[in-house]
Amino acid sequence: MGKKEKILRPVKKIGRGLKLPHLKNTAEMKTVVFNPKTVSIPLIQHIGAPCEPTVKKGDSVFVGTLIGESTAFVSSPVYSSVSGSVTDVKTISYNGKDTVFVVIESDGKFEKDAALAPCPVKNQEELAAATKKCGLVGLGGAGFPTHIKLSPPKDTKIDTLIINAAECEPYITSDYRECIEGYDDIIDGVYLIKDILGVERVVICVEDNKPEAIKKLYEIATNKRDNDDTVKLMELPASYPQGAEKVIIYSATGRKLPLGKLPSDVGCIVMNVTTIATLYRFIKTGVPLVSKRITLEGTAVNNPQNILAPIGTKISDIIEFAGGVSNNADRIIMGGPMMGAPIATADAVIEKRTNAVLILNEETPAESTPCIRCGRCANTCPMRLMPLKVEAALRILDTATLEDLNVNYCMECGSCSFACPAKRPLTQVMRIAKQTLRRESK
Amino acid sequence: MKNILTVTSSPHIRHTLRTKDIMLDVIIVLLPAAVNGIIIFGLDALLVLLSTIAFAVISEYFWNLILKKPQSIGDFSAVVTGLLLGLNLSPKTPLPIAALGSVIAIIVVKQMFGGLGHNFANPAITARIVLLVSFPSFMTQYVEPFTGQLSSATPLASSGADYSLKILLFGTHSGTIGETSAFLLLLGGAVLVIRKLISPVIPISYIASVALLSAAFGDNPIKQILMGGLILGAVFMATDYVTSPTTKSGQLIFGIGCGIITFAIRHFGNLPEGVSYAILIMNILTPHIEKLTAPKPFGFKEVKNNG
Repeated sequence: MGKKEKILRPVKKIGRGLKLPHLKNTAEMKTVVFNPKTVSIPLIQHIGAPCEPTVKKGDSVFVGTLIGESTAFVSSPVYSSVSGSVTDVKTISYNGKDTVFVVIESDGKFEKDAALAPCPVKNQEELAAATKKCGLVGLGGAGFPTHIKLSPPKDTKIDTLIINAAECEPYITSDYRECIEGYDDIIDGVYLIKDILGVERVVICVEDNKPEAIKKLYEIATNKRDNDDTVKLMELPASYPQGAEKVIIYSATGRKLPLGKLPSDVGCIVMNVTTIATLYRFIKTGVPLVSKRITLEGTAVNNPQNILAPIGTKISDIIEFAGGVSNNADRIIMGGPMMGAPIATADAVIEKRTNAVLILNEETPAESTPCIRCGRCANTCPMRLMPLKVEAALRILDTATLEDLNVNYCMECGSCSFACPAKRPLTQVMRIAKQTLRRESK
Repeated sequence: MKNILTVTSSPHIRHTLRTKDIMLDVIIVLLPAAVNGIIIFGLDALLVLLSTIAFAVISEYFWNLILKKPQSIGDFSAVVTGLLLGLNLSPKTPLPIAALGSVIAIIVVKQMFGGLGHNFANPAITARIVLLVSFPSFMTQYVEPFTGQLSSATPLASSGADYSLKILLFGTHSGTIGETSAFLLLLGGAVLVIRKLISPVIPISYIASVALLSAAFGDNPIKQILMGGLILGAVFMATDYVTSPTTKSGQLIFGIGCGIITFAIRHFGNLPEGVSYAILIMNILTPHIEKLTAPKPFGFKEVKNNG
């Protein structure tokens, strides 16, 4: 098998995209494990129905003990991430929503729940069921339960499995480290899922600024298990937002995912490398999603590093563990600098979808000046929208024009605000425009 | 760490480029042509440039002061407007007229329509046209380089025989202060394109369509491009962000439209020069061009109405 045939060039390029600073300073550092004394696990970490607690104060729990579940299809179960005892089950306002938290004091032993057992899968239905049971949600930030993407209508033909290792946001290296440290699980996972889905093609997508990850992923694509030559590696130019689902599907297959559709509607299933590795570990050992590797980074962090922490670990505990932050630290972002969500206090916790925690020093925000219609926002928008026009229409609440401008296609990638020389808050404008239309349609 | 953190909307990083930087870059790349004009036409040219720039900034300053608006002279857009207007004037322009042009550009064309980003037409171009129709005799007095003698005819109207390519490129012929050196203007334009501050679509389509039409109708295309205000207009005025389309296809239509109108005025009209009018007319059409060429979103499917 020739090397050239294994490495694919992008089928289509979106023709836009930003050159961002990479800032992948933690790429070569080994992940450090952190075991906090207590964890507070929120019972909603996904889009959909919240879970109901299945434990009460005083119960003893183990790693992988179910602590919250829901009967709804669009939901995802929550497991204990440590062994110890439940000290509280309480409802507090979190990110503007009343959220049930299960607080567990760790005994430090990390004993696994005795009921955990390997979960072999033979077909797509069982794979989707295992994905749900594992508690997997999309790691991109929205937290969409993964099993739904694996449960397309019966007659849907899936021909391509896309493994997303693009990791296009600056700073974040948690997927990069997963490629290196979780290599065995990724390779087994890729070949298992490939056989179960019976796809014609597996495309492992990675940006070309990740040399070590590319080496590992290339080994996966050239492994002798790939006897029918279906697994390919695709090196994508490092351009933001390359890892966004619609963009990566277009790069890998040339197919355009319409608004409101799932990847299965264009014959694709997209899975993140960390999702694959976690799912394979669950199938092999029965341990569900209970811990996450997060990149702790940012201008205020003293010792940037990747940390493997149980879900429910407080950010303040992680900061202390990692050697603190500067006195000037002023912002904490859950996720990358382009799409990450800000939090108001360090009491927030690591969730399933958290892949990075950025802590940034205080900065004087750049002053907004009038729009000079330079068109940079429109020319960088991967969805081909015109934020400058949206801003003008929103100012006069012209909802008919907002509708014409197709604001609902916006995925809030942040490119427009990043590029704007007048420093206008365009991504925020797009968000408000979408909310305005949603209110209008009610 | 602070107890109460700052919460801001994503993205949390921004490109360092600011409006001010773009304006400064435009000023810097125009300077060689301006210096060239001063060398060729002498002190008169310097005084015209100084008065247009000074009065543009002063007008903006007092407008903001009187209307209690935040001071905006720091974004250098008024300097750009004043500089462009000055470069588009003859070195013989009386200074009060030059200054009046700047007041018109800033107060009437720019600020009365809402200030930076809201004017429908390029302030420098519009002010030049206002001066041209108000003071036609002062505005069409051109001088010969170095000697300062009044030239017999306006540059484009004169016969092309006595202009060699070298003279045309380096600008040692009569004309407005800034339009004569094609070489320095193109160099400045190239810098702007390389630094991705302007898209090359408008200048190329504008200049190419003038050249093709001139050749087709028997005019000398080299003279049409290099003499007169075409390059200054195509590179620095037609590419004004505010008054040209933001879409690539819109920019192509805009450039070709400018080219056709410029050619038509020069070839069929009574006026010797058509660049200003062409750009002004296309400025007015810009919102319509932009609407016509608005891109469809990625993955857009036309909703078919079967009812």
